[in-house]
Amino acid sequence: MPDASPGPNKFPRDGVAAEIRAIQSRAPGSSEDCGGTAARKKPSFLSLRLYYFGRWLRSPKPHLMLLGYASLLAFWYLSVEVLRLPRFAEMPGPTAVIHEWLSPSPTFGVSIHTPVYYQHILISLQRVLISFALATALGVPTGLLLGWSKTFKDYAFPIFEMLRPIPILAWVPLAIIMLPGSELPVLFLTFLASFFATALNTKLGVTSIDPTLVLAAKCLGASPLQVFRHVIVPGALPYVFTGLQISIGVAWFSLVAAEMVSGQFGLGYLINTSYTMVQYPTIIIAMVTLGAVGFVSSVAVRLIGNWLMDWRGRQLSLDNRR
Amino acid sequence: MNAPVLRTSMRGAIEIYDVVKVFEVRGVCVPAVDHCSFSIRAGEICMIVGPSGCGKTTLLNAIAGFHGIDSGSITLDGTLLCGPSQLVAPTGSDRIVVFQNGALFPWKTNLDNVAFGPIVQKKLSKKEAHEKGSQLLAQAGLSGYEHKYPGELSSGLQRRVEIVRALMNDPAVLLLDEPYRALDALSKSVMHEALLEIYYRTGVTIFFITHDLEEAIFLGHRVVVMTSRPCRPKESFTIDIPHPRRYEVLTSRRFRELAAEISAAVNEEAMKSFTLGEREG
Repeated sequence: MPDASPGPNKFPRDGVAAEIRAIQSRAPGSSEDCGGTAARKKPSFLSLRLYYFGRWLRSPKPHLMLLGYASLLAFWYLSVEVLRLPRFAEMPGPTAVIHEWLSPSPTFGVSIHTPVYYQHILISLQRVLISFALATALGVPTGLLLGWSKTFKDYAFPIFEMLRPIPILAWVPLAIIMLPGSELPVLFLTFLASFFATALNTKLGVTSIDPTLVLAAKCLGASPLQVFRHVIVPGALPYVFTGLQISIGVAWFSLVAAEMVSGQFGLGYLINTSYTMVQYPTIIIAMVTLGAVGFVSSVAVRLIGNWLMDWRGRQLSLDNRR
Repeated sequence: MNAPVLRTSMRGAIEIYDVVKVFEVRGVCVPAVDHCSFSIRAGEICMIVGPSGCGKTTLLNAIAGFHGIDSGSITLDGTLLCGPSQLVAPTGSDRIVVFQNGALFPWKTNLDNVAFGPIVQKKLSKKEAHEKGSQLLAQAGLSGYEHKYPGELSSGLQRRVEIVRALMNDPAVLLLDEPYRALDALSKSVMHEALLEIYYRTGVTIFFITHDLEEAIFLGHRVVVMTSRPCRPKESFTIDIPHPRRYEVLTSRRFRELAAEISAAVNEEAMKSFTLGEREG
C-alpha cells in the first residue's frame, strides 16, 4: 500500500493543508504533489545538509548558542578587566588576548598574521591525523576480532584491560626511552589512547549486534566470512563511529600532553613555552585554537559516519531523534 | 486437504522422532523437549500452539540447526537433519526462519536484504537476484519500497519483506516463530491473508509457532497443541475448514466449534505451566 497519504483537498481546513504543503516544499526531497512515497526522490547528501542547516538557523538554537558564548566572554571580561579579582591578576583579559591574536605585529610573536602560528597548528594537526589514522587502522580490526573471535578475546582482552586504564601521562617516560627522536614518542602517545578507545568501542559494537541477525544470515546460506563482512562489520559501525569520535578527542588530549613533554612545535608545545616565558595571552590563543581545531575534526568524523550510515540517519529521523 | 492449493513442489515433509533436548540452567538440568514425536506433511501448514516457555522454539531451533538435540532424530524429506550421528543440523537455506522480532539487516535496503540469500550462495548474480527480488517484492505488494531501508517500514511490512527474503531461496519449509506477535490486530489480519496468498502460490511447508489460537485455526491445516515444559505434542487437531480461506471464516460456526475444542486443551496446559511457573519462580 504505497500510497496512503490523503490528497491536499481532503484536509478539513485549507489552511492546514497549505501549511503542510509549504513545509514539504521546503524539504529538499519532496516533489510537487507530495504524494506516494515511491514518487519522492531521494535528496542528495549536500542538499539534505543545507536543509538541516537552514532549519537550524530558523530555530532558537543559534540565538541561545550566541547567548552562551556572550555570557562566557562577559564573565571573563568582568572578572579580569572590570572587577580585577585578585586571583585573576596575572590572567590576560579578553581584550588583551583578542588584540594580540589579531595584531599584525604581536608582542609575543604569535597571531593570525604570523606564519609560525599556522606552523604550530599544522604540525599538531599532522600529528593527530597520523596517530588517529594509525589508531583507526589498527583499532578497528582489533576490536572486530575481540568481539568476533572468542579465542582471541580470551587471549588478548585481559592484557588489553590491564593496559587501557594506564593514563597516557604515565607512558611518557617509557615512550621517550623506547622510541628514538622527539617526534616518534609524541606520535606513539597520541596513538595509544586513540587506539584503546577505538578498539574497545568496536568490540562493544560487535557484541551489541542482535544475535538473530547472525542466525538469519547463516540461515540464508552465508559462510562465516560472509557473516563477518555483511553482518558484523556494518552492525558494529555505529559503535565504531562513537569510538572514533571519542578517539579523535582523546588524540588531541594526549597530543597536547605529549607535546608539553617533548616535541619542538605544535600547540601543546606553544602553551608550555608561553607559560615558561610568561607570554600569557599566547596561552589562551593556543587553547582556543585547540578547541576550534578539535571541534572541527570531531565534526568531520561525525559527518563521515552519518554519510556511511545513511540507513541509521533515516531511522533516527523517523523516530524524531534527529 | 481441500482443493485449490496450487502446489509447485512436494517438499518439506518433516519427521520428528523421539527428540529430547535438555538445558542446563544454573547447574540444574531442565528438559525442554521430552521424547517428542510428530510429523508434518509436505505442503502442510502446521501450527504449533503451547504455553510460553514450553520449548516450542527449542524444537524450531533444532530443525533450523541453531542448536543440537540430545537424542532422537529429525529428518527433512527423508534426509537426516540431526540424529545420533550428528546432533546439530547444518543450517541451510532449505529451512528458513522468520524471527519473532524480525531479522532484516537494517543497513541493507529491502531489495538488498531480499537478494542476500541467492547472492551469498552464489546461486544468482547480483543483477539476477535484484531482478527476481523486485519481482517477488512486487508480487507481495511491496513495489516502491525496494530502495528504502527496513527501518523506514512499518513492522507489518517488514515482516512481509522478511518472508519474501525467505522465499527467494525456494525453501522446502518456512519456520515461523510467532512472527506476528508484535503486530496490532488489524495488521495481523492483513498479514494472515498475505501469508495464505503466498502459500497458495508456492505450496511451501509452514511450521508456525503461535500463542494466538485464532491465528492457528485460521491459517493451519493442523493445530498441534504442546504440553507445558517439557514440550511434547498433547493433541493434534485437523482443521477441516476448506482452503482458500478468507477472513469471513473467522465468524463461521465451524471456526467457533474448533476454537472451543482446542482452547479447552490449550487452557489445561496453560494452567499447568502457570502453576509450574509459580513454583519455579
